[in-house]
Amino acid sequence: MSVAERAGTVADASGRGAAFASPSAGEAATVVEPLIFEASAPGRRAVRFPQPSERARRVATGQPDLPAGSLRATAPRLPEVSELDLLRHFNRLSQLNHAIDLGFYPLGSCTMKYNPKVNEWAAALPGFAASHPVDPAASSQGSLELEWLLGELLREISGFAAVSLQPAAGAHGELTGMLMTRAYHRANGQGETRTRVLVPDSAHGTNPATASMVGYETVTIRSNERGGIDLDALRATLDERTAALMITNPSTLGIFEDQIDAVLSAVHEVGAIAYMDGANLNAILGRFRPGEAGFDVMHFNLHKTFSTPHGGGGPGAGPVGVGERLVPFLPGPQPILAEGDPDTVRRNAWAGRSTPGARFALEEPGSRPESIGRVRMHTGNFGMFVRAYTYIRSNGGAGLRAVSDDAVLAANYLRVRLADAYDLPYDRICKHEVVFSGRRQKRANGVTTLDIAKAILDHGIHPPTIYFPLIVEEALMIEPTETESLETLDRFVEAMHEIADRAGSDPGSLRRAPVTTPVGRLDEAGAARRPDLRHAFGETGAE
Amino acid sequence: MSSTYPDDLRYSKEHEWVRADGSQATIGITGFAADELGDIVFVELPEPGTRLQQFGTFGVIESVKAVSDLYAPVSGEVVEINEALRDQPELVNDDPYGEGWIVKVSLSDGAELDQLMDAATYGESTAG
Amino acid sequence: MAYSPHTEADHRRMLDAVGVVSIEDLFADIPPAVRADRFAVPPPLTEQEVRGELSRLAGRNVLPRVSFLGAGAYRHLVPAVVGEVIGRAEFATAYTPYQPEVSQGTLQSIYEFQSMVCELTGMEVASASHYDGATATAEAALMACRLTRRDRIAVSSAVHPQVREVLRTYCSGPGIEIVEVPAELAEGGSGLTAPDAAASVLDDDVACLVAQQPNFFGGIEPMRELGEAAHVVGAQLVALVEPTSLAILEAPGGYGADIVTAEGQPLGIPLSFGGPYVGLMAARMASVRQMPGRLVGATRDAQGRKGYVLTLQAREQHIRREKAASNICTNQALCALAATAYLSAVGPDGLREVAQLSMTQARHTAAALEEAGLGERRFTAPYFAEVAVRVPGAARRHAALLERGILAGHPLWTDYPDLDDTLLLAATELTTDDDIAALVDALEATR
Repeated sequence: MSVAERAGTVADASGRGAAFASPSAGEAATVVEPLIFEASAPGRRAVRFPQPSERARRVATGQPDLPAGSLRATAPRLPEVSELDLLRHFNRLSQLNHAIDLGFYPLGSCTMKYNPKVNEWAAALPGFAASHPVDPAASSQGSLELEWLLGELLREISGFAAVSLQPAAGAHGELTGMLMTRAYHRANGQGETRTRVLVPDSAHGTNPATASMVGYETVTIRSNERGGIDLDALRATLDERTAALMITNPSTLGIFEDQIDAVLSAVHEVGAIAYMDGANLNAILGRFRPGEAGFDVMHFNLHKTFSTPHGGGGPGAGPVGVGERLVPFLPGPQPILAEGDPDTVRRNAWAGRSTPGARFALEEPGSRPESIGRVRMHTGNFGMFVRAYTYIRSNGGAGLRAVSDDAVLAANYLRVRLADAYDLPYDRICKHEVVFSGRRQKRANGVTTLDIAKAILDHGIHPPTIYFPLIVEEALMIEPTETESLETLDRFVEAMHEIADRAGSDPGSLRRAPVTTPVGRLDEAGAARRPDLRHAFGETGAE
Repeated sequence: MSSTYPDDLRYSKEHEWVRADGSQATIGITGFAADELGDIVFVELPEPGTRLQQFGTFGVIESVKAVSDLYAPVSGEVVEINEALRDQPELVNDDPYGEGWIVKVSLSDGAELDQLMDAATYGESTAG
Repeated sequence: MAYSPHTEADHRRMLDAVGVVSIEDLFADIPPAVRADRFAVPPPLTEQEVRGELSRLAGRNVLPRVSFLGAGAYRHLVPAVVGEVIGRAEFATAYTPYQPEVSQGTLQSIYEFQSMVCELTGMEVASASHYDGATATAEAALMACRLTRRDRIAVSSAVHPQVREVLRTYCSGPGIEIVEVPAELAEGGSGLTAPDAAASVLDDDVACLVAQQPNFFGGIEPMRELGEAAHVVGAQLVALVEPTSLAILEAPGGYGADIVTAEGQPLGIPLSFGGPYVGLMAARMASVRQMPGRLVGATRDAQGRKGYVLTLQAREQHIRREKAASNICTNQALCALAATAYLSAVGPDGLREVAQLSMTQARHTAAALEEAGLGERRFTAPYFAEVAVRVPGAARRHAALLERGILAGHPLWTDYPDLDDTLLLAATELTTDDDIAALVDALEATR
């Protein structure tokens, strides 16, 4: 078969899919919304800036000129558009998105809960938004106090000895945790001998990727038939070469590790660090405090548990909590209460009052010589801290406990309601999410989990996470969160039943789904084979 | 699905095939492997002159949603690589035993071929 | 819970469906020995109360009346339309675009972002974003190590001190060695990185030279020569740049940069005490498979409609796991959208005006201080919009000016002990002639 005649195929996880017209056919694509570059006309403007004054121009000429060789010859081809055209372009683009503010988003492992609007109000307060990160501490007492207080709240929530707010996302928190692990073992003279990080086969991909980034080798531990860590396999693998165990608890199957105490003892017996991926913290607020239980380090995802909006892929924030033995290695500088009694400051803040005489600061450089150093610039994604602090204070302790109660109840409700239609590989009480398998539909009807996910889109609902965790065939990972009403959950149940029914009666229609979205299934293989990663401005081969 | 495998080839359990022609051999991945991976989007090829060790890795093959190492079924020095795969990695899916070949090597030890499977045995190993 | 939709009847119905008596039963799998024995989070607040508390904290920040502080984060005009765009809930409350059919808004805007970053930098491919400029630079250095299969990196001492700290942290895990190229910071020095000095530490074990343009002191580095020094030994040039300066300064692709990174904060992102910002990264197409971070590509659907998808994902952690190019997952998409909207709003002419005006006012500031005999430039080299000025008694006067609401830049001796009495003063298009006059007057008053 010659390539020119060949039809491309879209990949799905089973390697088969709908046929696509070959891009080499040369027909122009239908465009849903043109690129902003296409709305550009020379000289059009949205924003203008003042001209420098006569005096500025005159005195500036006395300063050294930029070397001729350092100047740009041609202007960057940025769009030239009016403000209205700009706004319409992005508003129309926004309408092509699904979002929590539009509909249900049961994306497992992502905790797509409602993002309260008062959080946005708080982050936009000029006192915060215009606060410069290199400002002297005297001008930034409010920002520093907020960071210190958020650290105190996260400490209380997690039971850890200390918290660093620096990491910008969950994976960045993992990196921070593993760098501290490495520094800890080095400080104990075991930096060269402890080379392995153990992760369960159900782990997020970030865990092994993080271990590699700090130079560790990853060893995979299998799960047992109940979806937990196989304790015997773990004990057989743990030894003096082990630097750390990284686990998610509740696991990516949505199951609480019910032998967690034995797991932690086994890890500590060989002198290794116990890392907890905190992605699933929304299940256990007020019920399980990882630091108190014996974990050495954990990252939080403020954009999951603490309701900061995910922004279509960030910004998030991934603070880490650590137990006593990792405190010296925390990144720096840390926001600290430099003068004042911590109990008094906390008590006053919880009552909405400032404490006279209290002074906040950043640690002096070099004050913790064993610190791993900075993991990013400044003190973290501060705007996310404002939102998370607002959220925690709005909910309070009782509210946070209720968050987990309702998140777990909703997931169990879906577990029970959908168990007749979809296979449930681990049929037991779950936490905040439940993992089904589409294998029944695949075997009986040739309908894959990808087809099911695409059909869900036609119900105006975002699909669950699919094909993860890897240990579940045709996985469908559903996390409803606590903020969805029972009516919404019931509508989702109806949609999932309708799809399961249709898998038997009209499987072809599922393979063609979605049909109500701005575009249909896209040719991902074509995109990867001949990458088109930027606008080509009419250059050859473009568009 | 490619359920039958050419009789003139030898197969490894890592799903590579070898076509020996005197002291030279052509290597590719089987139709079964190509189907399992799905649509191939990239093949990372070794430089000509690279020495391959039997059952050692010599490259990487990527599909949209999976990635796999390539394992040499025999030892030898790479004498030619399939340049066409740079622009058309889909040849591996379309014609795994023909235009979708990956490298040609000069065989170090023809006896290594005896450690590989014939078509029937390989076919059984992938069944079910 | 402040945002619960459930009534008591809803709870009952769900508990009955699940077949348990109470919610407690759903937590029975937590071993008693490790159940939380305290949870002393303060009580809930109403919206009115929580607004009071957040207003209290925001009010404790004292915003300066006049500021010459930059040092890596810059006070620029954020056009109102940029705030409007990123405030759209359809952008702000979406997750990573895993389902492209219902994420075209996010995906296309990232493709536009990648295109604009390529235009600014003169490079062939740009990623969807990184946490900030420093982590992008650290990831670029690790990328250079993979591309060259070498495990040492060289960095100029005129690169932002915090960026160098982050480089050290990232390199400490895999044990990558860092060698520093001392910039010419001595009395009467240029304040730049000399190509000879770079050449003397570069050898064929070094993966890359990291240099900043303009450098931490605002100085215009000889990037072409630095790139040549790196390329002679087969090392790469990693150029950390300031994005508004690229309206005036040569695009890094033009002087031979192999990987370009930037802190994108000046492009329409508020200071917000240091974050969230956005890291930019761009490179050559030949290096794309070693590039960390998400990439969006154009493609089409079965009906021939153009659409956008996350692509080349086999580089990433969720597929390649321990062999991934990086562990990065969540990045800074909404900040990248802000930068995209900003660059669209200002266009090429507006960006040049911002750069010109910032540069002119920085020069105006230095000239005014020199004219009044209040200070002198610390370095001889031409500079962009930030300038190091030696002011006698700087520590005392910096503090005294702060009392008057004037932030006289960044005290350089805190990072470089040899740069005593030296302030790093930044100007932007928001710096007015009155601001400069106020600085001069206040310094006069504290002689």
